[in-house]
Formats: sequence, structure tokens, C-alpha cells
Amino acid sequence: MAKKVLMKGNEAMSEAAIIAGCRHYFGYPITPQNEVAAYLSKRLTDLGGVFLQAESEVSAVNMVFGASAAGARVMTSSSSPGMSLKQEGISYLAAGSLPCVVANVMRAGPGLGNITPSQADYFQSTKGGGHGDYHIICLAPNSVQEMADLTVLAFDLADKYLIPSMILTDGMVGQMLEEITLPEYKTPDDLPEKDWVLGGAKGRERNIARTLWLYPEDAVEKNNILLQERYAYLQENEIRFEEYLLDDAEYIFTAFGISSRICKGAITRLRESGIKAGLFRPITVWPFPYKALEKYSLNKQVKFFFDVELNAGQMLEDVKLAVNGNKPVHFYGRFGGYVPGIGEIIDEFNKYV
Amino acid sequence: MGIKGKVEINQQWCKGCKLCVITCPTGVLAMSDDLNKYGNYAVVKNPEKCTGCALCAVMCPEIVIEVYKQKKVVK
Amino acid sequence: MNNVSEKNLEKVFTRPKSMIETEFHYCPGCSHQIVHRLIGEIIDELGIQDNIIGIAPVGCAVLAYDYWDIDMSEAAHGRVPAVATGLKRVKPDTLVFGYQGDGDLAAIGMAETIHAANRGENFTIIFINNAIYGMTGGQMAPTTLPGQITSTTPYGRDVSDVGYPIKVCELLATLATPAYIERTTITTPKNVLKTKKAIKKAFQYQIDKKGYSFIEVVSSCPTRWGLSPIDSFKWIEENMLKFFKPGVFKDF
Repeated sequence: MAKKVLMKGNEAMSEAAIIAGCRHYFGYPITPQNEVAAYLSKRLTDLGGVFLQAESEVSAVNMVFGASAAGARVMTSSSSPGMSLKQEGISYLAAGSLPCVVANVMRAGPGLGNITPSQADYFQSTKGGGHGDYHIICLAPNSVQEMADLTVLAFDLADKYLIPSMILTDGMVGQMLEEITLPEYKTPDDLPEKDWVLGGAKGRERNIARTLWLYPEDAVEKNNILLQERYAYLQENEIRFEEYLLDDAEYIFTAFGISSRICKGAITRLRESGIKAGLFRPITVWPFPYKALEKYSLNKQVKFFFDVELNAGQMLEDVKLAVNGNKPVHFYGRFGGYVPGIGEIIDEFNKYV
Repeated sequence: MGIKGKVEINQQWCKGCKLCVITCPTGVLAMSDDLNKYGNYAVVKNPEKCTGCALCAVMCPEIVIEVYKQKKVVK
Repeated sequence: MNNVSEKNLEKVFTRPKSMIETEFHYCPGCSHQIVHRLIGEIIDELGIQDNIIGIAPVGCAVLAYDYWDIDMSEAAHGRVPAVATGLKRVKPDTLVFGYQGDGDLAAIGMAETIHAANRGENFTIIFINNAIYGMTGGQMAPTTLPGQITSTTPYGRDVSDVGYPIKVCELLATLATPAYIERTTITTPKNVLKTKKAIKKAFQYQIDKKGYSFIEVVSSCPTRWGLSPIDSFKWIEENMLKFFKPGVFKDF
């Protein structure tokens, strides 16, 4: 039986990167994800990999561009303000079809905000925070176990679809301790072949890592079409979500990450008082599970949806898109680092019952 | 005494910057009278004066000058 | 004069093998092309065409990958040293060189420039200093000379307003880690060959894993300076070289 370990979210994610075969990490200090760099600076050095603390998040994400172009499984991590600095680089990585894993351990914003948990970078991550039409795969763990499992998945999806993949988590999931079982360690031959990498054109056509085409005129359009076809495929084939007590649910909570854990507590208490509540939890917040959520909005027994987030209402918009007016969608959010308790959520919920 | 050297200029790609003309130590090159797509271009005016020293090509930004030189005949 | 047949003439100068047979997009008399050719010649001479990666900047040389037949990467504006770091850290035995203009290297990318040098990354940066932003229409660069008129200093660079030009070689030479820093120019055949020697030495340092090498080439921009290619070289000698003195600033 695989052994159990007690780990912090940030460290589980870091070890999972090693498990996934990542041997190159470029980062920059920012709370609340400093454990990642501390952990990997030791582990990667022990493994003969590369850990580099860059001079800024801007530089770090561009180092990722180079390392990915050279074929490495490569990662960077940061938190909200740092993620804003990386947006241009992420646009380049997406445009260049360069796989990598970027982790955002969200903290309260905007501006410097504070170092407490938040989910207020949902738009930035899922709608494309940089310039141009692009998306990145966004996986939202709500436990230390998922911090590990989804990081390995992020590396695999990134390489499979040549797309940057994000672990969209928050300060609480990143800092909390839970008992987990670590996934299987990948061996070098588990990792995919990459014939498009840079490394000296020996016995092959040369490769170029590029995102600019001045000619022929339609070259950039063609690149955009390629990206959009990739995104359409992901929308059809790589959606993940959790359905919790939804079979007989009359009220459906929608939440991701840490807020989904609190909603489960509220649902348990509501069920004890006879109210049939359930949770629909997107795990891939991009591609978003629109169709699956819409199905529930067509279900006669469902009275309304109740979206709970640590922001001013961001995933709320995707929920409304999915529900498409079929049912009311109510919202409760806290920000500035406040994390609502179960009682608080139930009080809000009861206003609409 | 035969020709010591020779240059050949790709006259379609020359952009007429004149750097080769002023660099040539023996006045081999000059600007054309007619025009290519960019304007006047470099031409060989006094081929007999060419020593194959290649200074023109060293200065040519467009890499449009090929230079030949008399093989040293070992006596 | 008997015309000795042409057959015993041997070709002594031609396009480097590692360079693609195509026209340059650069303006007439632009120094970029001369340095491009020097790099091509060096790649041929060191026999490294199949084990080298070049990184193009954002600026006039953004299309540099159209000219060298080698693996190439783009970089966001100013981030060549970061991309180079990522590449070199994954492929330490593959040669990597970054090619940048003065805006890319000394304005938006100054942090990357200094920190890659200070880490002693084992790659070569070739810095084309022509004291102006070429691609975007002749704006002031960090190396624009005092009093020099550009599209954003219509009355000449006012040092009391925007300070003096930055001497990058001298700046980097204060760092302990870099292995080799030299500034050259391309205004005469002798200077072109000096530039080639410097770049070749930098590549050799990289092959020998001696660490970070940096070559600044004081270059011309006839179009944005509003001078002919010939006068541009004179302008370099009479003005730029007085401020940006060629020489070796670090070599161990």
C-alpha cells in the first residue's frame, strides 16, 4: 500500500513536479508560495536538476520559455502580484505552443493586497491575463492530495497538447497540512518524445521557437486557428469536475478550490436539517464544464444555484453562462483575505430559500 | 603579369550603400549609372586593378561580393 | 598584357555556409548585416552549426532567424538573457548566443542583462549599440548621445532631463563574475576584423566553459540618423567612439 505522508500543499505540489519528471524550476520569492522554491532548491540540487532564483517573475517566466523550447519539463510558481508580471510571458508560451507548468498560489489583491488566501485571479487565469486570444489549462485543487495529483496531470496535459498548464490554488490550500499518498514516480522513458526542441540542428531541419510571423500575411491567423482548434478539442475532451450529492439536490452550490471545502461543510449541515443541497465543483476551471453544469440547470428538481467564492464574483459569470437563465444563480463572496465560515455561508444561503 | 584578383557583385541585391567603393584601395569599384530595385548599385569599373584583397567584401553589409584571388604559384 | 587564364583563381570570400542564401531586410549600410556575416563566418570556422542556438531580440534584428541556418528562438522584448538562461541550463553543452539592440538590452532588459552577467551564465551576448531605436522609428535609446536628435528628443538629448548615455561594458565590468567583456566597432575593415576576433574569442570562451562573454559592437543606423552609410561610419568615429571607447574591459 503506497505510504501516507503529511505534507503542506505547496510542498506536495513541489514533490509532484519531481514525480512528473520536472528537473528545471525558475522562480522568485513571494508569499504565500515560498515553500515551493525552498523545497525545490534542495530537491532539484540533490537530483542534479536546475533550480534558479531569477531576478524577477518577468525573467523567471522567460527562462521557462527557453527551458521549454529546449524540451525540458519546466515549472515556475508565484502568487497574484507575481502572476501579473508573468502574463506577457504566458501569452508568449501559449502562442509558441510551449508546454510548462505555472502555479499561482493566490493571495488577496488587487495591488499588494495582503498575503491571505484569495480566488480573485480566476479571470486572469481562465480568460487569458496576457494579450491576444489564448487560453491555458487551469486546474484548481481543493486539497493537498489534489495539489499533488493535479500537478502531475498538469505536466502530462501540457506536453500532450503543447500548452502551458496552471495550478490555480490559493494561500490556504498551499499552506495547509494534510495526509496524502504521493503519486507514482515517472521514469525518463515515461516522458514524451519531443522532436520540435531547440538544441543544435544535428542531422535535422533547424527548429525555431517563435510567436512572430511578419509574412506570409496569414501566418499569424493560421497560428491563432491552430490554437483555437486546440482549445476546442480540450473543451470537448479534458474537462474535469466533482459532483457531490447532486442526484437528489434541490439546491446546488458551485465553488472551486478552498471555498468548495467549506461549502461541503455547509451542505452536510443543511442536509442534517432536511435541505437537499449538493455541490458542483469544477476541477478544470479552464476548460470550464459548461455542458455538465447546464444539464443540472435543466433538472426540474433544482431550485437555484448558489456560487461561493473568495472574490467579488468571477466563476459566477461562467456559472451563469452554463445555467443560461434556466434557474436563478445567487452568489456569496468574501475578499480581502477573509474566508467565510460554514455558519456564515448557511445564513446567506437561507436568505434565498 | 596576369590578373591578381577578381570580384563578382550580385547586382540585384546590392542596396547601393557605397561602402565597398570607398573601401577599395585601388579604385576598382564604382556606382552604376542604371538602377536596380533599390537604386544605383556597385559595379566593377577597373577590373585590372583588383588584387583580390577582399576589403570590399569585408565591408559589404549585403554579402553580395564574391572575391577570387590568384593562387600563389610556388616557383 | 598577356591575360593569364582565370582558372587558377581561387575563391577567397563568399557567403558563409551557415548563412541562408537570402536578401537582408535591413536598410542599406546597416551594421547588423556585417555582424550577422561575422557570426556566420565564425560558426563555419568553429564548425558549430549543428550545436548552437541563437536568440533574436525585439527590434530590427527580430528577423535574425531568417539569416542563420541554425536553431533559433525569439524572446520577448528585453528578455533574451532570460530565454538564453533557460536554454543553456537545459542544454549546457549546446552553444547559445543572444543578439540584442540597445533598447532591448539596456532599457527594458537591463535587469536581465545585469543578472545573467552576474550569474556568469555560460553564453555570449552580442550587443549592437547604434544609439537609437531603429525598428520603431528612431526614438531615443539608453545609449543616445548627449544632444543627439531622435524622434523623441527633437531638441537633442537633454542630459539634465534624461541623463547621460549608459556605458554597458563599463557597467558590466564592475561585476566580478563575467569572463570576457569587449567593445569594438565596424567602421573600417580593420575594425570589422577586430569585431570578428572578439566574437570568435567569446564563442571560444563559451566552448571552454569559461562563463559569460559580452561583445558590444558600436554600430550605425543610417536611416534613423539621417546620414549616408559612409557618413554614419564617420559619425561613429567622430562622436560615438569618444563616448563608447573600444577596448577590453574584462578578460580572465
